[in-house]
Amino acid sequence: MKFSEQWLRDWVSPQLGTQALADQITMAGLEVDAVEPVAADFAGVVVAEVVEKTPHPDADKLNVCRVDDGSGATLQVVCGAPNVDVGQKVPFARVGAVLPGDFTIKQARLRGVESRGMICSASELGLEEETSAGILVLPASAPVGEGFRDFMGLDDHTIEVDLTPNRGDCLSLKGLAREVGVLNRLAVAGPVIEPVSASHDDRFPVRVEAPERCPRYLGRLIKGVDVSAETPLWMVERLRRSGIRSIDPVVDVTNYVMLELGQPLHAFDLANLEGAVIVRLAREGERLVLLDGQALTLDDATLVIADERGPLAIAGVMGGEHSGVNAQTRDIFLESAFFSPLAVAAQARAFGLHTDASHRFERGVDPELSREAAERATALLLEIAGGEPGPLVEMASHSHLPARSRIRLRAARLEQALGKSLPVDEVSEILERLGTVVTADGDGWVAEAPSWRFDMAIEEDLIEEVARIHGYNRLPVRRPSARLALRADHEARTPLARLRHQMVARGYQEAVTYSFVAPELQGALLPEAVSPVLANPISSDLSVMRASLFPGLIRALQYNLNRQQHRVRLFETGLVFRGELDDLYQTPMLGALACGARLPEGWAGGKESVDFFDLKGDLESLLAMGGEPDAWRFEPGEHSALHPGQCARLLHRGEEAGWIGTLHPAVRGALGLKVDALLFEVRLDALTQGRVPAFAPLSRFPEVRRDLAFLVDEHLPVQSLLDALHRQAGDWLVASRLFDVYQGQGVPEGRKSVALGLTWQHPSRTLNDDEINQLVDAIVAESRQHLGAELRG
Amino acid sequence: MDHLPTLVAAARRAIQETDRISTLEELRVRYLGKKGEITSLLKGLGKLPPEERPAAGEHINQAKQALAEELDSRRRALDKAALETRLAAERLDVTLPGRGQVAGGLHPVTLTLDRIEGLFTRIGYEVAVGPEIEDDYHNFEALNIPAHHPARGMADTFYFDATRLLRTHTSPVQVRTMKAAEPPLRIVCPGRVYRSDSDLTHTPMFHQVEGLLVDEDVSFADLKGTIQDFLHAFFARDDLSVRFRPSYFPFTEPSAEVDIQCVMCGGEGCRVCSQSGWLEVMGCGMVHPEVFRHSGIDAERYTGFAFGMGVERLAMLRYGVNDLRLFFDNDLRFLRQFA
Repeated sequence: MKFSEQWLRDWVSPQLGTQALADQITMAGLEVDAVEPVAADFAGVVVAEVVEKTPHPDADKLNVCRVDDGSGATLQVVCGAPNVDVGQKVPFARVGAVLPGDFTIKQARLRGVESRGMICSASELGLEEETSAGILVLPASAPVGEGFRDFMGLDDHTIEVDLTPNRGDCLSLKGLAREVGVLNRLAVAGPVIEPVSASHDDRFPVRVEAPERCPRYLGRLIKGVDVSAETPLWMVERLRRSGIRSIDPVVDVTNYVMLELGQPLHAFDLANLEGAVIVRLAREGERLVLLDGQALTLDDATLVIADERGPLAIAGVMGGEHSGVNAQTRDIFLESAFFSPLAVAAQARAFGLHTDASHRFERGVDPELSREAAERATALLLEIAGGEPGPLVEMASHSHLPARSRIRLRAARLEQALGKSLPVDEVSEILERLGTVVTADGDGWVAEAPSWRFDMAIEEDLIEEVARIHGYNRLPVRRPSARLALRADHEARTPLARLRHQMVARGYQEAVTYSFVAPELQGALLPEAVSPVLANPISSDLSVMRASLFPGLIRALQYNLNRQQHRVRLFETGLVFRGELDDLYQTPMLGALACGARLPEGWAGGKESVDFFDLKGDLESLLAMGGEPDAWRFEPGEHSALHPGQCARLLHRGEEAGWIGTLHPAVRGALGLKVDALLFEVRLDALTQGRVPAFAPLSRFPEVRRDLAFLVDEHLPVQSLLDALHRQAGDWLVASRLFDVYQGQGVPEGRKSVALGLTWQHPSRTLNDDEINQLVDAIVAESRQHLGAELRG
Repeated sequence: MDHLPTLVAAARRAIQETDRISTLEELRVRYLGKKGEITSLLKGLGKLPPEERPAAGEHINQAKQALAEELDSRRRALDKAALETRLAAERLDVTLPGRGQVAGGLHPVTLTLDRIEGLFTRIGYEVAVGPEIEDDYHNFEALNIPAHHPARGMADTFYFDATRLLRTHTSPVQVRTMKAAEPPLRIVCPGRVYRSDSDLTHTPMFHQVEGLLVDEDVSFADLKGTIQDFLHAFFARDDLSVRFRPSYFPFTEPSAEVDIQCVMCGGEGCRVCSQSGWLEVMGCGMVHPEVFRHSGIDAERYTGFAFGMGVERLAMLRYGVNDLRLFFDNDLRFLRQFA
């Protein structure tokens, strides 16, 4: 809501400067977004009259005028505006005037003719954004010689308030003035509004068929309106200062009254009304073309204003093209109604419409305002465009009008809520000033809410109002006291923070990428993935929920590669979304990506590219944090985004928990990446599961170590060998280390040598060679039998 | 016996002349070993007349001891020289950078979240999280925002269908917590939230922390104290001015916006605070009885407050970041500044 400060001060004018007033409003909860001068800076412009006009001798488009600027003598001015004419009152910049943009008017010769000053257009004075077509013509009553700024009241500010949805009552000068009056304990005086007496008795029939949605409807015929009349400058200016353009007197008056009082009005061209005005629900499939040209198909949830032929307007939202006022209109039907907030909100939303009218009706328009607004609009219209008013016809269903809440406020509750006891008189006074009807009620008050406040229904509403007017910043500050209970600390869980810090220690930067990604990117990586799709995405490349952390990490990689960052190590934690909406998994994951050199560029090596085992080492460092390394297994797997020969499925306690691998070369190519990237992602619930450390006594007896080298098929996963070994290694194996994998000289083609160091230790005695030899024999036999492994000599 | 001085002199010369530890060992054997030249002299004592034996024996032993000391001292000198040579040879340029991974860093949003969570958990709040794809009920209705309520227009919502959406705030977690647990409750709910808005100062995803305290006799004064303490602690400035402005949220009443004195200009007025000297940093209020009703909490017995803040906004103020979008570009040159 934007309004002129001077207009407000016509209603109520506290002894406060502009900024202080804006601050006061802000601190009362009506946040002022902007305070701006209504006109740019200029000086030296006065009202003048054009007294003579002759064509310029040497220029077709120029005229030589003489103007009377009230200084005694008339001045010769060359003017290029097509609309300049004798008898006009105009804004005139004298020699020495400074116009917006620091443009100083000097005495000049234009095509050989002397010109002493300039007749100004609205845009030259900063009153219009677009370049004006001609000079600004002032009303004939404008006094010659008066300063133009004074005449126009331009030493004024536009104040823009960002109102919260509960304060629909402040969407008018009347409402804002009421609030300013409350804050400053001042009386508020608006224009005197009196009923207009009818000059004829013609009525247009009105039928309200949906009183629950339209409990009050007032209408009046005004005949013989001159739509070509000019809206007075003062009204045009006030509208302009509220951001509304002048259209014609009828539209201007309805807009003006809406701004002034808060009541949206609508005017129909009587010539286009057939039979009666009917407020009813639309019939399924009825069509309506709106004022803005939009064609709608209505359904039976839409409240319309119709005539006998069909819908004319969507009630409280927007009028129709066909029934609106136009240049030929003579007789109008003026509507002033109360529509139920929810009904208007629902239909405005259903059609995606948001208008000044719907904005107000949704938030609640004072139901007691309809008559006053109709009278005010009639009076203004008659003043500007003439016409003969008929009687004001009212249809009201009192049972459907909003009931005024009677709210009890307990003194004890108020004190408890605010942490402070306020004097009884102060509370009563605040409530009264706000327009409630207050009665004392034992140890408290009962307040009846005013008709314009749709946000007063319960005790808390009153507590808030009292606190607000008293001033939040005058309320006490206290620290809550708490009954503190200790809770069990589940040590078996690895905190997410530790996992993050481990990734950081391993050289990764944490990334935060959007949870929605481009369907093309996700499709390239995970063609099979199903994840929810936004119905109203901000853009198509942020339209599908990520089914994996990979798309976001890869996008971040591309972003960095495009900025000459060649070594990229990123990780992210967050939810991934899998499945249809009705069968949806929102799973927290940790994912990482590495690309580029193994180590940061330096003098000491590490220049080779990071590979699968670097990333796997990083991942294993996370897996180790739970203290249960045996709970995890890697097995060769297939993943659409990963290289089939360099991809492992990660199992946690036998269940799939994640993936690791090299980005599939084909996918990489499709994404236009020129370098290899390695990726993993793991379910966080598995990563954070661990065990509470459990002590085992330290053995005092010696360890026995045997190193065994096996020749196995080059494609045999080492894990199979380890599994075979563990099956036969007995109870006292305390460590097995894989210390060499070798292919080449001395190893037959198609085989590889795998060397393992096995360590045994008994808790309570020394192990003898025979026992160990037996275990080794069993391991060798098992490996030979199941894996074709041979012990290397 | 007469050649003892000659022998000792020769031995001494040999000891002094050598610069090899192995030679010293040879000399020890040659002179002092079991069959060494000095040792042999001792063995020859028996051939001397008995009255000469003590004096001669003493001479020989003195010579033996002197040589032994000579050997040891020379050995120490040689060891020391050898060590010095070795140390000189092993000298490194310690100004060369170290080898290995260089630590990465946490995202500034995480740093900020950690700080906020840390401040509250230290005074007895617990961290609660919840789903990001929510339903209409938890995101709106249970928070006293029924269908068609104008407040729905306060946050542009991403929808999947008529009832499923991306949460616009982390308040649904408060609802879920209140339904599941009994007061007293003290929780903070951090997480990602989504609003269909994208321009210089808005990203379609950002992070929030919301807090909730429900207990008997909780007042607006407690809320003011908590918020003021938090802001002083977060910005590590006890003199930071904090003000409360009446506002409106459907789920709290009374509601307030919280402004702090601009941390960029100290309240003088600058571009960041639009010359006002104040920065809006949080929203808060007393839990609306309707929200309690939805959560099954007795609003007569219990009262509570809730607050919410944008994490990126606080991170920008704390670290001086001037463009919100940087948080989600994941530009390494940006991220590394927070390591």
